[in-house]
Amino acid sequence: MTQVETANATRGATSSKATRMLGVLSAVGVAALLLFGLILSPPDVAQADSVRLFYIHVPSAIVGLYLAFGVTCLGSIIHLRNGSVFWDLLAGAAAEIGVVFAGFTLVTGMLWGRPTWGVYWQWDPRLTSTSLSFLLFLGYLAVRRLDLDPAVRSKRAAILGIIGFLNLIIVRQSVQWWRSLHQGSTLNPVDAQIDGLMLFSFFLGLIALTSVFFWLLLHRFRVAWMEHQIEAASVTTALAARRSEAADYDGLAGNT
Amino acid sequence: MHWEYVIPGYLAVFGSLAIYTVLLLRKARRLAAQVPPEKRRFLHD
Amino acid sequence: MLRDAWLIASKDLRVEWSSKVLTGQVLPFGVLVLILFGFGISPDRRVVEAPERAVLEQVAPGLFWMAVLLSALLALGRSFAIESVDGNLDALKLTGLDPAGIFLGKGLAVWLELVALEVVLGAGAFLLYGAPLGHPGLLAVTVAATTTSVAAAGTLYAALASGLRVRDTLVPLLVLPVLAPVLLGATLATEAALFGPAGDGWPWAGFLGAFALLYLGAGILSFGPLLEET
Repeated sequence: MTQVETANATRGATSSKATRMLGVLSAVGVAALLLFGLILSPPDVAQADSVRLFYIHVPSAIVGLYLAFGVTCLGSIIHLRNGSVFWDLLAGAAAEIGVVFAGFTLVTGMLWGRPTWGVYWQWDPRLTSTSLSFLLFLGYLAVRRLDLDPAVRSKRAAILGIIGFLNLIIVRQSVQWWRSLHQGSTLNPVDAQIDGLMLFSFFLGLIALTSVFFWLLLHRFRVAWMEHQIEAASVTTALAARRSEAADYDGLAGNT
Repeated sequence: MHWEYVIPGYLAVFGSLAIYTVLLLRKARRLAAQVPPEKRRFLHD
Repeated sequence: MLRDAWLIASKDLRVEWSSKVLTGQVLPFGVLVLILFGFGISPDRRVVEAPERAVLEQVAPGLFWMAVLLSALLALGRSFAIESVDGNLDALKLTGLDPAGIFLGKGLAVWLELVALEVVLGAGAFLLYGAPLGHPGLLAVTVAATTTSVAAAGTLYAALASGLRVRDTLVPLLVLPVLAPVLLGATLATEAALFGPAGDGWPWAGFLGAFALLYLGAGILSFGPLLEET
């Protein structure tokens, strides 16, 4: 294959009509989020401009922790039930993007905490449980990268994916209980009186980040799918090589 | 007020999102060169 | 299932008894951690709000459970290291023992080892940090429930990482985020058991019990598929 042909064959390697549409939606959504989140929406009465971090913080928490890790949990359950490769790869893809979004939640949460609480880290139930889930799913991704038989690896990852999601809820509840015993109810960041444009910016953030999530998920899944194909092909090649070796040996044995 | 926290926050999030996307798409291209197109039909395309 | 569990547990305990790794290495490590905490938190430090107790004494429950968790990681690694030598885990599967029984057996062995460890470390924490014991009943329940949680969740995750070259580094990363709520509950329940009032501790003891049951169930359910193809 010439260089030009290779370039044509690989251009948009994981693109399709669906990803292109989602890609455009994501780009428009992010641009609109920047416009409304940073410029058009007013500063909050109590929190001033730091409220703008919420338009990323809350949506990325919802998308990363619940949507992405929820997909991972669902995919893991289906994989354990019927051994589906599709759902296993989708679970892994969702977990990776979920970790990225959980990272966004932590960064924006801490940057919001500094002007609001005076410290970057408050032992807030949400922030604490997010950080633990972030670390737990890093462990999940580490398991997925192990040099193991793919079937065994997928099974182990699936068990971890299910428990990881359930654990998210346990951690969240226990930390909430812990903090409420010590310092009364936690400070409620979104006050009842909320400006219309602020609410709009928040939902814009939710839509934009959800779209980005599904767009990345499709691409990430397809990358995983190709990795799976390459892994399967290399096993086939190794088997064929072993067979031809054996045939050669038989041939030699026959000659003597 | 508090722009010194808002701007780095947005930069960090969308900057790392851009880096992640570029890395992912580059990996996709590299792998696509190794996988024949007939094996690249992604079940629902 | 229970008979299989007992077989596995007694086998593990006999191996531990003859090798002395637990008493000779893990236990001294735990004591060492307790002493190092004393260095990290100066023993003379007192806070203005509560000058009657040294800081070290106030945080003794948390330090004790941290020492237990760190030692438990070693004990868990050990529990599966003895299986992966010479493909023992494969042999274990071929024996036709019930997977749930294998899980309960390994967990029971770890549980007994941890209780022994906790008795020694508890005595060490009492001597080194000097905390009073207000409510022994609450403490006993807390210790039992926490140890069950650690043994059940730990055995499950150690099995996930068994037979891997990276096992020693992977197990802590998998187990510690899961056991974080256990550490939280155990510390608060123990604080209540030492300094009172006991009413603050009982809900946490209940939480620990629920956590232990949940992970016992998860282990019993998932050990079958886990051992199937490993």
